[in-house]
Amino acid sequence: MDPSETRISRIRASIEKGEISAVEVCKSYLKSIEERDPQIHAFIHYNPDIALAQAAQIDKRRAARQPLPPLAGIPIAIKDNILIEGQRCTCASKILENFVAPYNATVIEKLSSAGAVFVGKANLDEFAMGSSTENSAFFPTHNPLSLDYVPGGSSGGSTAAVAGQMAVAALGSDTGGSIRQPSSFCGVVGLKPTYGRVSRYGLVAFGSSLDQIGPIANHVEDVALLLGILAGKDSHDSTSLNVEIPDYLAQLNADIKGTKIGLPREYFQAGITADVHSKIRAGLKVLEDLGCELIEINLPHTDFAIACYYVVAMAEASSNLARFDGVRYGLRIQGNGSLTEMYRQTRDLGFGAEVKRRIILGTFVLSSGYYDAYYLRAQKVRTLVKQDFDKAFEKVDVIVSPTSPTPSFRLGEKSNDPLAMYLSDIFTITANLAGIPGISVPCGKNAQGLPIGMQLLGKHFDESRLLNVAHTFEMAGGFTV
Amino acid sequence: MKIGPNEVEYVAKLANLAITEEEKNTFIGQLNSILEYVEQLNRVDTSQVEPTAQVVYAKASTESMRNDLPQVTFSQEDSLQNAPSKGAGHFKVPKVIADR
Repeated sequence: MDPSETRISRIRASIEKGEISAVEVCKSYLKSIEERDPQIHAFIHYNPDIALAQAAQIDKRRAARQPLPPLAGIPIAIKDNILIEGQRCTCASKILENFVAPYNATVIEKLSSAGAVFVGKANLDEFAMGSSTENSAFFPTHNPLSLDYVPGGSSGGSTAAVAGQMAVAALGSDTGGSIRQPSSFCGVVGLKPTYGRVSRYGLVAFGSSLDQIGPIANHVEDVALLLGILAGKDSHDSTSLNVEIPDYLAQLNADIKGTKIGLPREYFQAGITADVHSKIRAGLKVLEDLGCELIEINLPHTDFAIACYYVVAMAEASSNLARFDGVRYGLRIQGNGSLTEMYRQTRDLGFGAEVKRRIILGTFVLSSGYYDAYYLRAQKVRTLVKQDFDKAFEKVDVIVSPTSPTPSFRLGEKSNDPLAMYLSDIFTITANLAGIPGISVPCGKNAQGLPIGMQLLGKHFDESRLLNVAHTFEMAGGFTV
Repeated sequence: MKIGPNEVEYVAKLANLAITEEEKNTFIGQLNSILEYVEQLNRVDTSQVEPTAQVVYAKASTESMRNDLPQVTFSQEDSLQNAPSKGAGHFKVPKVIADR
């Protein structure tokens, strides 16, 4: 097998044919982690023995001439807010530093049955709150393409693991862009499914009406394969929906001629840097040459979307993080002996600054006297944001925008201005508010070699179309415009 | 809406978060600029709009509900696995009712 091969189907085929064993594939990725991760810091923790044991199981099945499952022997990095039974799950927080997961997330059960090898738990912004992975309580992750730069966030460890060739694919979670933005900063493909497409059981909750788990890989085909395995109704997650799972792979190569692509006027006005503008224009030309029709559309409530998102997300976060109180799991600081002091000290010492900031704001907007003015109002604006998309999708099939207004930035450059950091999420948060699916694909690099990402948004449960257009874009050379 | 030290203290108490003086001062500035930003939501006419709590189901839908029957979930042992302090099959915590 060509060691630079990154396509899941080809790696699996090599294992199946006996050209290479699953253990050898696993060892080569573990070696890559050993060599590169000291500079990149994509992983919070990993257990080589467990990964090798999983790989050995695949080799055993092959030796017994049993059929191999779709992800047989494929090394996958898992964001450390997704539970793998028996392994630590820290959420990049001191408050869960030594917490051991008592059960598997549903997505982990599905990937395990498919034969995947869990090569390590990937770094993230603490409790998935952030856009650079600098908010991890342990250490920041560095962009593999340029080590002084951030990988993006909050799934920065996951995208860095794939971009740094330390994993073939990864799982991330996306609440306001946390799969798509780091995918664009690291030059990989990342998908946030429709809300309700993939079970959230076993994902540590941040914003329960916004969160989704999604796949990250080097190729659209791999993301399509992974989505097919991850999708489905789960009795453990009442927000997961019983919607038919299409054969995403079968539809990848359909002709996209005549696809109507919406370009939101508001997005292309919003402070995009020249390099992003130029590469996205080049990407749109590729789509045009493939027969797509570019149509300008309006998403009139775009200006209010960030404010709406942050009120909703912070409110939900303050509620979800109330469970971390030192009683049943995680860090406990005794304090002066009273129960209340235990809660307060544990949470003060266990949570980082960004998490505290969001809990305080979230509690404020939900508190008596302010609930109507902030939270209820934001919920109503959310309806308007969703309606913008419903109306747009009557005219177009897919909406395209840059994933981020800028490429990656230097570590430390934005960490003193939380509001500036929030404003850079403008293109991604709307998909979480509306519940629609979104994918980021590489769309060239700037003069410094930093990747730029193009985002495609689709209708609810229309991932097939998104993957079809994205795959065709990839095959036509779109990733390297 | 301007936030001062009293509001931050009050909200920190609600959220069971002990914050230091230094943290309080940093937060006041940052929270105010974020809240000021968020004020723009008041410019939207939402008088005829219903709130969206979740994007999945129509309001009156009950299809996500399961039957109200007890199920086996977690064993006591599994539940206590990560307990900072436990005894006699329970989580142990400091006294709940304060001495007077």
